[in-house]
Amino acid sequence: MAISVAGDDPWAVLRSATRARVALGRAGDALPTARELEFRAAHAAARDAVHSPLDVDRLRADLDGEVLVVASAAPDRATYLQRPDLGRQLAEGTTLPATGADLAVVLADGLSPRAVHEHGPGLAAALLERLPGWSAAPLVVATQARVALGDAVGAALGVRAVVVLIGERPGLSSADSLGAYLTWDPRPGRVDSERNCVSNVRPPHGLSYAQAADTVAALLAGARELGASGVALKDEGPALPSG
Amino acid sequence: MTVRRTTLGGRTHEFPTLVELMAKATPLRSGDVLAGCAAESAAERVAAQTVLADLPLATFLDEQVVGYDEDDVTRLVLDTHDAAAFAPVASLTVGEFRDRLLAWAAAGDETSISALAPGLTPEMVAATSKLMRNADLVAVGRRTRVVTGLRSTIGLPGTLASRLQPNHPTDDPVGVTASILDGLLHGSGDAVIGINPATDSPARTVALLDLVDAVISRYGIPTQSCVLAHVTTTLRAMEQGAPVDLVFQSVAGTQEANRGFGVTLDLLAEARAGALALGRGTVGDNVTYFETGQGSALSAGAHLGVGGRPVDQQTLEARAYGVARQFRPLLVNTVVGFIGPEYLYDGKQVLRAGLEDHLCGKLLGLPMGVDVCYTNHAEVDGDDTDSLMLLLGAAGCSFVIAVPGSDDVMLHYQSLSFSDVLTTRSVLGLRAAPEFEAWLARMDLLGDDGRVRELAPDAPAAKALLAAATP
Repeated sequence: MAISVAGDDPWAVLRSATRARVALGRAGDALPTARELEFRAAHAAARDAVHSPLDVDRLRADLDGEVLVVASAAPDRATYLQRPDLGRQLAEGTTLPATGADLAVVLADGLSPRAVHEHGPGLAAALLERLPGWSAAPLVVATQARVALGDAVGAALGVRAVVVLIGERPGLSSADSLGAYLTWDPRPGRVDSERNCVSNVRPPHGLSYAQAADTVAALLAGARELGASGVALKDEGPALPSG
Repeated sequence: MTVRRTTLGGRTHEFPTLVELMAKATPLRSGDVLAGCAAESAAERVAAQTVLADLPLATFLDEQVVGYDEDDVTRLVLDTHDAAAFAPVASLTVGEFRDRLLAWAAAGDETSISALAPGLTPEMVAATSKLMRNADLVAVGRRTRVVTGLRSTIGLPGTLASRLQPNHPTDDPVGVTASILDGLLHGSGDAVIGINPATDSPARTVALLDLVDAVISRYGIPTQSCVLAHVTTTLRAMEQGAPVDLVFQSVAGTQEANRGFGVTLDLLAEARAGALALGRGTVGDNVTYFETGQGSALSAGAHLGVGGRPVDQQTLEARAYGVARQFRPLLVNTVVGFIGPEYLYDGKQVLRAGLEDHLCGKLLGLPMGVDVCYTNHAEVDGDDTDSLMLLLGAAGCSFVIAVPGSDDVMLHYQSLSFSDVLTTRSVLGLRAAPEFEAWLARMDLLGDDGRVRELAPDAPAAKALLAAATP
């Protein structure tokens, strides 16, 4: 074991060995004020990431080309959090044009609208750059959306594949992580094992746009060859956790 | 089938099936709304509780919530039911049983309560808990005694043990060791030093088992290790001669949900037999560890009961305890706020569920602990988990889970911190497991007042612990 007690502060060695909050010290049996406030700040950032709504106008301004905007059947954040089934359906009366395109890219707020603001436009552009042979439907912005809302969007647009770029559940140290979920032949009723995922897109701490776009583009090429996505499409994409 | 009904406030409420009656009698939680089985109004909920209170307890032996022919959990529960243990309460209704438990608890009659376990079924205890308020759940919980042991003793009166959970995103040995040392210096780890591995690879599992076993051996710590890999992975580790103290598995309350976890009852029995054969205990021979949590069956789409109707998540959770108790566990814990707000939305729902799970597990004879925890998308914060941890301490909870600074950097959720365990013990006058407390004293970590000492950075005890981490 490479833990050494050299130096004046043996606790520094513990701290340097992990990102876990070790050796915080004590105030009686509790945490010292400074450590307590650091924890609260991290939790507050994560909470705000979940609850600050997607600014659709701002996101639209950051995107190139035509943009379609849709909402899920979850009318507000509290309903969204408690009813994942509603977040997977389009709001009643939603209409989308049938495009017959190869691909649709959906930017969905998910559990971190902040992640979509910060990384959605960059990743969408990087991905489309890598797909010269693919026709793309207009970009779609979706609010109160779960990953599977992409199935309904993709089916309505009549595309062969959908890629959903969605804000992931914030952690204490990662409030702005974006995930990319690929589904071939999207239609309502697809299950998570029929998708592929690239998660933790979050430069500079996580994946860069180029790294993530390379992987998604390779997965799309593989899916087109196979005529399927998900567990049948090996290597790059693990099967998903539910969401 | 009898349609059960009652009139409340001039309106008649009907409950055509036992499944619906149980669901509608359940205090509000998001998972039951999601499943479509929750009461549609506050009045309907109380009406269901009123009907449930008059239901003979023995009804649950004749009428199932999940079918006997379709589900091996139901068969296990009913086929092993102990009529003699049930006899003292066999003639009571659910409401009378609640009253009897509260009377025994107030009189401090732990023997009468604790002896019932083999005669109770998960549905009986779930139904009774639905009629209880939080204080009832605490009052009966603290008088339901379940004591287990392997190298430390869990569940003695006046103790609260803790699982030290030193998770690391890449299972880095130095990182894991740093968290273990931090926990030990805070007096955590008497229930188990238990790691959730970042991957389920057998080689990784063996490496982590060796690491924790070396720490335990080097310091002579009276506790046990566990790597919470899938039971099939642990079976392979045992075949390779790895030092396995505890066989772990997540379990749920239906055969279908357990299939989703990749386990069968036979597989669990085989793994338990394997760990028993290693003979690694000193004060007992409880060699299994299970985790559960309300909502796990629903999230797997395996929550339907008789007639294809959705069963409420609390009843299904109690059925998971019906599985666990067959394997004489050292430890069982519900992971109460982990699964997300679609199952338990806010602090109120998490608090209640934690107390329900603790009591139902204890009444069924389990050494029940709780992972008091939350995710960032739930309406829960540290104030809520403080309330639950203190109530669980008052309820005589066997153990809680603790991580450095409340922040699990591998699973990305918040559990209790090592400090929280100290606070709960201090506020409520609770102690660590006796063997572990004696070890703390030997390590000069225990103050004269029985509290875990706060060491100066250069204290000899601290330096000794760190030095011993270097082979």
